[in-house]
Amino acid sequence: MQFMLLFSRQGKLRLQKWYVPLSDKEKKKITRELVQTVLARKPKMCSFLEWRDLKIVYKRYASLYFCCAIEDQDNELITLEIIHRYVELLDKYFGSVCELDIIFNFEKAYFILDEFLLGGEAQETSKKNVLKAIEQADLLQEVSTQSVTSEHLCKCIATPQ
Amino acid sequence: MPAPIRLRELIRTIRTARTQAEEREMIQKECAAIRSSFREEDNTYRCRNVAKLLYMHMLGYPAHFGQLECLKLIASQKFTDKRIGYLGAMLLLDERQDVHLLMTNCIKNDLNHSTQYVQGLSLCTLGCMGSSEMCRDLAGEVEKLLKTSNSYLRKKAALCAVHVIRKVPELMEMFLPATKNLLSEKNHGEILHTSVVLLTEMCERSPDMLSHFRKLVPQLVRILKNLIMSGYSPEHDVSGISDPFLQVRILRLLRILGKGDDDSSEAMNDILAQVATNTETSKNVGNAILYETVLTIMDIKSESGLRVLAINILGRFLLNNDKNIRYVALTSLLKTVQTDHNAVQRHRSTIVDCLKDLDVSIKRRAMELSFALVNGNNIRGMMKELLYFLDSCDPDFKADCASGIFLAAEKYAPSKRWHIDTVMRVLTTAGSYVRDDSVPNLIQLITNSVEMHAYTVQRLYKALLDDISQQPLVQVASWCIGEYGDLLVSGQCEEEEPIQVSEDEVLDVLEGLLVSNLSTPVTRAYSLTAIMKLSTRFSSVNRIKKVVSIYGSSIDVELQQRAVEYNALFKKYDHMRPALLERMPIMEKTATNGPTDIAQTNGETDSTILDTKHLPSITQPASQVGRCNYHICFCLAGIPPMTAYNKNGLKIEFTFERSNPSPNIAVITIHATNSTEADMTEFVFQAAVPKVCSFPSSSSFPHYALNLFFLFFFLGITDILVTKKLYLTFNSM
Repeated sequence: MQFMLLFSRQGKLRLQKWYVPLSDKEKKKITRELVQTVLARKPKMCSFLEWRDLKIVYKRYASLYFCCAIEDQDNELITLEIIHRYVELLDKYFGSVCELDIIFNFEKAYFILDEFLLGGEAQETSKKNVLKAIEQADLLQEVSTQSVTSEHLCKCIATPQ
Repeated sequence: MPAPIRLRELIRTIRTARTQAEEREMIQKECAAIRSSFREEDNTYRCRNVAKLLYMHMLGYPAHFGQLECLKLIASQKFTDKRIGYLGAMLLLDERQDVHLLMTNCIKNDLNHSTQYVQGLSLCTLGCMGSSEMCRDLAGEVEKLLKTSNSYLRKKAALCAVHVIRKVPELMEMFLPATKNLLSEKNHGEILHTSVVLLTEMCERSPDMLSHFRKLVPQLVRILKNLIMSGYSPEHDVSGISDPFLQVRILRLLRILGKGDDDSSEAMNDILAQVATNTETSKNVGNAILYETVLTIMDIKSESGLRVLAINILGRFLLNNDKNIRYVALTSLLKTVQTDHNAVQRHRSTIVDCLKDLDVSIKRRAMELSFALVNGNNIRGMMKELLYFLDSCDPDFKADCASGIFLAAEKYAPSKRWHIDTVMRVLTTAGSYVRDDSVPNLIQLITNSVEMHAYTVQRLYKALLDDISQQPLVQVASWCIGEYGDLLVSGQCEEEEPIQVSEDEVLDVLEGLLVSNLSTPVTRAYSLTAIMKLSTRFSSVNRIKKVVSIYGSSIDVELQQRAVEYNALFKKYDHMRPALLERMPIMEKTATNGPTDIAQTNGETDSTILDTKHLPSITQPASQVGRCNYHICFCLAGIPPMTAYNKNGLKIEFTFERSNPSPNIAVITIHATNSTEADMTEFVFQAAVPKVCSFPSSSSFPHYALNLFFLFFFLGITDILVTKKLYLTFNSM
């Protein structure tokens, strides 16, 4: 996967994850053009399109578009499943997720994505394991922000099972 | 100094802005506050400030002043800080900036941290945006983590290694020892997915690695089998299928390992058949696996039964309600149509049905596939469908479709009449979308279909009466009427009921083209020349003379030039006029160009369109004779330079251009080059041309001489077709 974008029906960007090195200017240009292209698609059209020399896979969930750019050898249909899995993770984490959750907790959306995908590939195919890892990390974060933080406590939570 | 506002608070505030200007103001105010907070080196709120900065960055505002702060956060001991710091690094830093290298040491430390979640953060960041330098520095750490027993870290390390290899391929060797046990059973499958991804990357990049890992095929087959056979595993289940992500990755790795290798392909034959037949197809996930399976079957050396199974799966996909599945099927079929042509032919009717699909991408693929499947047997039926498609498709398609139809018609036309009818149909329905180079090609086709001249000119004339807006149609029609107008008025048509039309009516139509606003300058030129040609075919010469003289003062320079020349033809060169304007001879075909992505071979021995500009040369010891049959097609479209002869050290090249002062004169320049060491003597250059032309020839051609020029002048005729034959004789020591 080269990048993943989340944007609203009005074209507002809610999340951008880039797995290829590009300048800020290039990223902005790509985002703008791709968002325009996808928003112009009619509902009856299929979820795949060719754009520049990339394969684009997108799916709309309520008011959000999830859009991925994949490489030639990648399987479009399984990418749809990847998108779906990410949505399920968000849903489980936030409890019936909606766009506002992602707006107000964007950093958490990133953390979840980074626990699911790494370098554009899925690192964990079990939904349960991804959520467990997030939970533990959140706990660690909570503990570390409390004034009475003992390193010992950190270590207990963080040791591998 | 009050505490900086919280992230959520800021988000809420910004969202209340009603205008872009209001938002910008809020952002600027907050940025200023954040900047001063950064300047004060405030550790407590740095995390909060950077988080806010990241939000504003997502809205499109500049945030580069936060880059160093991210690094400070990464270096902090608090997990919260690290989390935001690494996120900020991934969003704000990129490898083009030197700043990012400062991260290297932090990442190195964190890769060895006692807390696995911190290690995870650094692995993730490195694997997402690590530059080549960083990868070089830290590859060793990653390799270490690849061998740890902690599966949480191991899977991240595997994907990080993939990134390292992509950035610095030379480092691949380094990870080889760690891959030894990646697929072994005792891992409980937790790291299988990432392991397969790593192995795939290595095999894709290095043929040596590929041969080395081929021995894993039995193991992979076994893992895949277990996945399919095993019972319900809720953790990895998607709609009743066990770990589809892993299945797909294994299938992909098998594809790479089995390609070109008989033994491996055989070893995976059974499991592929099993997956292909047992996978549940009601949901997208099952079809995703089937799709990957089909791709694998087609790429490896599978037995024919398996290949047919794969094509049939694709055929079933075509009938699926889900348009995504149909899209994927058409794409795959397009890839396999060359190698498994007959199998794909069986699904031709379904493919043709897809031409009526609503989705643009599906329609395009169906069109390309249809052209690939056209052959001598199905041409009539297919053409009917394609012409119907041409009528109703989007304008973006029409040019490609028209070109494709012309190409197919040229290859497989069952009869000349059918061919002309098809061409007519395209010109009348999509005439304005037809490519420019089609006009000369069609003219050539019509000229060569001698027995159809009367029929063709009649049909074109009738088409003109209906509609003069489509320029390619009008141009071809004008040309035809100019050539065969005599057949038109004499009512000689055999193929259909001859129409009754008088010379005056024909001239009315042609003159109508000259004055119409719809006609382009090119079209006008065509019709003026057509009218001129009719002076030798019709009896109403006076009328023609009048028209020609009127246009002698036309504002359009091209028309004016022509008219003046034609006038001169009437006055001073009237004796030459009949010869000049006589009927065009048959032209030999040159290669036609169609859309490049349309497959050429259609499953039968096809007669390729030959380029007839080559020639055999008869070598003799003392003298060498080269003969060159050469036809110059000279239409209003420009012609690129051509090499007419290039053998035995003698090269003859033609370039074509209109003479600059008078564009009605065509200048053909012949460049002759002697590249041998010896002199060539008795060089004779002759060309068979209509009597109006003349040119010199030289009898000696010194060695290494470049560019003896021979110039031809053709008076006044720039859009008729001229045939020349050239004879060269020369002696070379």
